[in-house]
Amino acid sequence: MFQQFLQRLRLRLVEHLDGPLLLIMLALMTVGLSTVYSATYDANNRALAQALNMAVGLCAMWAVAQFPPQKLMRFAVPLYVVGVVLLVLVFLFGVKVNGARRWLSLGFTRIQPSELLKLGVPLMLAWYFHKHEAVLKLRHYLVAGLLLLVPFALIAKQPDLGTAILVGAAGFYVLFFAGLPWQVIIGLAATGAGAAPFVWTMLHDYQRKRILTLIDPTSDPLGSGYHIIQSTIAIGSGGSFGKGWLAGTQTHLEFIPERHTDFIFAVFSEERGLLGNSVLVVLYLLLIGRGLMITANASTLFARVMAGSITLSLFTYAFVNMGMVSGILPVVGVPLPFMSYGGTALVTLSIGIGILMSIQTHRMLVRQ
Amino acid sequence: MRARQSPLTAPDRELDRFRFRVASAGVAVLVAFALLVARFFHLQIVQHAYYTTRAEDNRISLVPIVPNRGVIVDSKGVVLARNYSAFTLEITPSKVDDLDATIDGLSRVIEVLPKDRKRFRRLLEESKTFESLPIRSRLTEEEVARFAANRYLFPGVEVKARLFRQYPLGPIASHAIGYISRINKRDMEIIEESDQAANYKGTDHIGKTGIEQKYEFQLHGETGYEQVEIDAGGRAIRNLSRTAPVQGNNLTLTLDTKLQEMAEKAFGERRGALVAIEPSTGGILALVSTPTFDPNLFIDGIRTDDWDLLNNSPDKPLLNRALNGAYPPGSTFKPFMALAALETGKRTPGQAISDPGFFNFGGHQFRDDKKGGHGSVDMYKSIVHSCDTYYYMLANDMGIDSIARFMRQLGFGQRTGVDIEGESEGVLPSPEWKKRRFKRPEQQKWFAGETISIGIGQGYNAYTPIQLAQATAVVANNGIMFRPHLVKYITDSRTGEKTMIEPEPLRILPWKRQHVEVIKKAMIGVNTQGTGARAFAGAAYVSAGKTGTAQVFSLKGADYKSSRVKKELRDHALFIAFAPADQPKIALAVLVENGGFGAQSAAPIARMVFDYYLLGKLPKGAAAEDDVEDD
Repeated sequence: MFQQFLQRLRLRLVEHLDGPLLLIMLALMTVGLSTVYSATYDANNRALAQALNMAVGLCAMWAVAQFPPQKLMRFAVPLYVVGVVLLVLVFLFGVKVNGARRWLSLGFTRIQPSELLKLGVPLMLAWYFHKHEAVLKLRHYLVAGLLLLVPFALIAKQPDLGTAILVGAAGFYVLFFAGLPWQVIIGLAATGAGAAPFVWTMLHDYQRKRILTLIDPTSDPLGSGYHIIQSTIAIGSGGSFGKGWLAGTQTHLEFIPERHTDFIFAVFSEERGLLGNSVLVVLYLLLIGRGLMITANASTLFARVMAGSITLSLFTYAFVNMGMVSGILPVVGVPLPFMSYGGTALVTLSIGIGILMSIQTHRMLVRQ
Repeated sequence: MRARQSPLTAPDRELDRFRFRVASAGVAVLVAFALLVARFFHLQIVQHAYYTTRAEDNRISLVPIVPNRGVIVDSKGVVLARNYSAFTLEITPSKVDDLDATIDGLSRVIEVLPKDRKRFRRLLEESKTFESLPIRSRLTEEEVARFAANRYLFPGVEVKARLFRQYPLGPIASHAIGYISRINKRDMEIIEESDQAANYKGTDHIGKTGIEQKYEFQLHGETGYEQVEIDAGGRAIRNLSRTAPVQGNNLTLTLDTKLQEMAEKAFGERRGALVAIEPSTGGILALVSTPTFDPNLFIDGIRTDDWDLLNNSPDKPLLNRALNGAYPPGSTFKPFMALAALETGKRTPGQAISDPGFFNFGGHQFRDDKKGGHGSVDMYKSIVHSCDTYYYMLANDMGIDSIARFMRQLGFGQRTGVDIEGESEGVLPSPEWKKRRFKRPEQQKWFAGETISIGIGQGYNAYTPIQLAQATAVVANNGIMFRPHLVKYITDSRTGEKTMIEPEPLRILPWKRQHVEVIKKAMIGVNTQGTGARAFAGAAYVSAGKTGTAQVFSLKGADYKSSRVKKELRDHALFIAFAPADQPKIALAVLVENGGFGAQSAAPIARMVFDYYLLGKLPKGAAAEDDVEDD
């Protein structure tokens, strides 16, 4: 009797988890935690705090996975509306930090509303397409594009290019999986390339500088070029097998800026070398592969586009971060999933994984 | 969407299209990651040797160049805080294997005292990695030379030229200027919250109290950077470029150091506070809190015995009494009460009461100081001779709410907003205050009897000397109220541009001019024929004042004889005044802790300050203390 109860409890706990996703995520978290330790143990150790963040993330993931996708849909409109209203408030009354208006002060603490929209925008668009599934016309894509453009523009204006890219990409992936015609996609890409010179004039000085330093890091060795020079030295000197855990000289002589957050990949790469990098890339590929499988097998339009958007967002995080740290993309504030220190990003990503699990494990119920 | 027309095949074709998109996405991901791996291969295999060389042999390091801290001068240009350069002997613990052996070795070349070791240990505990920490400061030329000759023996130890803060006047005005000391964890949090972390790389001192603290970000300046190549041992090989630091902004105070020094001396050994304000601007001319301390002690980290001496002294020299001491105002409250009576229409100047020497209320007798009473007392006489009965009755007639409303406008019981952190609020008694202050319901109730003693500045009344000085200045200035401030202007170190701390009125109190004149006339009377007359005998200007005595210890109706009461229980002496009476240039509040009668110990200090400020006269010896008419 008691054993039966235990059995049922165990079943209840793991019922809505996806084994492969969970395993890959735990593997990434293990690597991440050891790297955060290495990056911070000699000054202000953050490993314990990060472990706590991870625990919170796992709980959030489990909780979200229990919601069937239809129920998740209910959050779409409120989350989006609250997010956009908060962004407008930031625009009007935000706290200026380092020249960017990203925070809203609540007196006792500060919040960054743009974080809400990393999931709020794809949820909203997925809900919108799901609602109009039977009659999808070009104008629906136009409306969806507009729904995406408003928060994107507000975040880009703050300015927070990293988050704007993540929100924009997540929304675009929904459009893509909802069947945005290829002609439009190609047309957009062509227009984008054509408009590049105009965009260039609209960028902030510091953003322009970051793109310029990408072409020639030595042009600004004190400013943004410094980050790239130091991180490429760290990666390059890591070689095939790395200098060993806790033994990265560039890391521990404090040459790498933001070494436990956005630039943690440089620390990992210096200490683990090409071999470690390859393992990490394979882990991300497995995560994305599993995500795409879930996407392909999802049973409703909402589930499909949501799963697709989350999966490709994970890819965007990983690619943009590793790309900027290794010097092939401009420096923008994008964390490396499950590796970078920081609770907010970790929880957002874990909720994303939770939604993927929910989509995967509630599939059968929907078919019945 | 033509597929919609054949419902059976439509979902499958739709799904096929969708899966094609998923597959395309997968291909794109693979291509992108392949690109990344190619980049890693290029960096870590092809260019590995190049980057290893750069990492091992030459490291580019950004060395912060700490800016010169801004200088603080008084209104006459006398320097109150400045910097000087001196050599320090510093150890980088991360480059030293055996710290104790190294320090032992050093002590054979240069004198290292046990207190230096102690301080070094403490710094070591708080330090960041790779920071170099001073083991000895202020090396002599000879010591520098001796170390240079033996340098090869001590890897990881070097002589550095550092800037030190110095307060040339020592203990004078130390409560106003404050001091800087080493940055601790809490300071670091404040720096991070203000997004100044980058600017404080390399800075190890920060303003802890006074002006040094309040204007920290003005005084600090902008940190410069030097880009240097260093070898594996951490030694600089060559400089690549340099961004010069920008010196901090200089501050010019409203303070007059000569006046300050004179006022501090006037207190002698006594504990107390004095705040002198220019009524027309709110500029603080002197801010005294005695005893004072030498701020220079704090700069390098205060020595334990010095700290114990300051911290454990019963005289509490570190307490800024002018801003943080809250005292009952005693009879100095009466002019404000009288003004309240005129403004609220509860009294006219000519209306007289008959004073039998006491006032009965609710079965309790409130006594006047003068046995048998002052006879017939009008408003003028009530102030000049400090009649208590007049104010017992007035308080009873006005009621506590009306009193509190008027006194709140004058700034009583609120922070004045002076440019020093941590000012106390004091206590403006009211039924609401009592509700907030006490937890038990029976203690929260306001009793009508409690209003009576509020009228003579006793009871729950407790105000800081700066509030009292501000209120005096407002009366002197006919109701125009300014925020008291110490900094007159800030000089931008880059442009030389001066930013005035504009004396903008905080509020203008709509008092009837003839009401204010009644009060001023009575306060002039105090200094000519009343309780302050002795202290101001023969003054070459017309001054207005009011004496006060604040009870520390309730004698429960028994006669007060100072000689019979222990010194710590003796009453506090107070005096408020302004001069010249027709065109006030200075208003002040003086408090002498346990000084007895205000007329006796506080008023003579005010006289000396006025004589100096208005006539440039320095006092001849200490003022005589003898019996005068008490207040």
